[in-house]
Amino acid sequence: MLLIPCPYCGPREETEFSYGGEAHIERPKQPEALSDEAWADYLFMTSNTKGVFLERWVHSHGCRRWFNAARDTLTNEVLAVYEMGDTPPKLEKRTYV
Amino acid sequence: MKSRYSIFSLLRNALSYHEGWPEAWRSPEPKPSYDVVIVGGGGHGLATAYYLAKEHGITNVAVIERGWLGGGNTGRNTTIVRSNYLWDESAHLYEHSLKLWEGLTRELNYNVMFSQRGVMNLAHSQHDLRELGRRIAANRLNGVDSEFLTPRQVKQFCPIIDLREGGRYPVLGASLQRRGGTARHDAIAWGYARAADALGVDIIQECPVEGFRIEKGRVRAVETAKGTIEAGKVALAVAGHSSVLAELAGFRLPIVCHPLQALVSEPVKPVIDCVVMSNAVHAYISQSDKGDLVIGAGVDRYIGYSQGGGLPVTEETLAAICELFPLFRRMRMMRCWGGTVDTCPDASPIVSKTPVEGMYINGGWGTGGFKSTPGSGWVYAHTIAHDEPHPLNAAFKLDRFTTGYLIDEHGAAAVAH
Repeated sequence: MLLIPCPYCGPREETEFSYGGEAHIERPKQPEALSDEAWADYLFMTSNTKGVFLERWVHSHGCRRWFNAARDTLTNEVLAVYEMGDTPPKLEKRTYV
Repeated sequence: MKSRYSIFSLLRNALSYHEGWPEAWRSPEPKPSYDVVIVGGGGHGLATAYYLAKEHGITNVAVIERGWLGGGNTGRNTTIVRSNYLWDESAHLYEHSLKLWEGLTRELNYNVMFSQRGVMNLAHSQHDLRELGRRIAANRLNGVDSEFLTPRQVKQFCPIIDLREGGRYPVLGASLQRRGGTARHDAIAWGYARAADALGVDIIQECPVEGFRIEKGRVRAVETAKGTIEAGKVALAVAGHSSVLAELAGFRLPIVCHPLQALVSEPVKPVIDCVVMSNAVHAYISQSDKGDLVIGAGVDRYIGYSQGGGLPVTEETLAAICELFPLFRRMRMMRCWGGTVDTCPDASPIVSKTPVEGMYINGGWGTGGFKSTPGSGWVYAHTIAHDEPHPLNAAFKLDRFTTGYLIDEHGAAAVAH
């Protein structure tokens, strides 16, 4: 089980949180001007990174606030947490074969 | 030419204390170039190689595998085989696969231990009942055997299930596919490997892919730990690593990878002779020939490549199993592990050409990978050989996420993701 450091409440068990998927996916500014390919990219395509991945969590059974996390998807280490809207911290890229 | 496995070869080898068995497949060094390089030596990749050689006469083929054959999701699933999917496209594809399973042991001369013991899907609520009714009707229209069982018939079919009133998960009915069942996970990889090798396919293990050489939008070669291998065509069949290799090739996929766990108990005498699945509570169970209960759990919600998952997920599954089968409450679990399931937004696979010319993708099978192994290899081989999909997999294109022609199989996929 993951131990997730909520930026507002401190480290809590994974079962208190809900997952929000990839972070920093911006809703298109002009949806009416978007091509089908750009829509597909926005709606469906994902980075699905093996390594350091930026993702969103919400502390559903705690403070109920959203935040971002940088987690290694292979080792499950949570490397950083930061508030919604913040720029992601500089982290060393990890590549696995 | 390999010797056939038979009762006579068994007796002959018994005379020499089984020390004279030949290797089931060669382990050659890679040649400098091949017509087709298949990346991924799991069931799907090996089946593809076999059908390329057998159905399409393309034998200058290499299967390259990062680890060992069948060490990924092929060896990590709960070995359930069925074809009762809702939509026409999926039903036809999975039914084709099931038909191939039915003749596979004979065709490969390798016992894949396919046992059509019946797969039962439970309904715990009125909603489940209606969904099952709809799916049974859709299956029958597509020629897939499927029938409805009342609670009394459920009890007859699987006597150890607890249907006393007042349970946490009341059983209101079930669907039953009698032709469904289980098979031996290693055997499917080893059987296809042996048969493909006999037709001239090179199987190269411990050979991770490090990159692709792509010139003017066409793939020319695969860079591997054992050197550069030139390739006329490159076929990806890497399940959980689809996104990783797609990134190396410069395109994106709609796939997310989740950890999915399974566990086995201590071996006991035969106690359950069918497969019982409960989509709503994420519990499915069968008994292996060795005697251990094989139990599948739900997915962890987050993206993960760790091939392991959290204890709360297995705890929830085991709680449901103990509720439905109280006699298992004192069973001890021996092992638990995880696989990396590659899931698409519509819970259907991608068997398709890619934006890179000469490169093909077979992935996103999610929780349907094992049962589809023969059919997947069969349609994928056709797609590679003819550079266009077979009618059976024409709908499972990568561009369905652009056109909107999604094939929503979340209901039939059995594990929510």
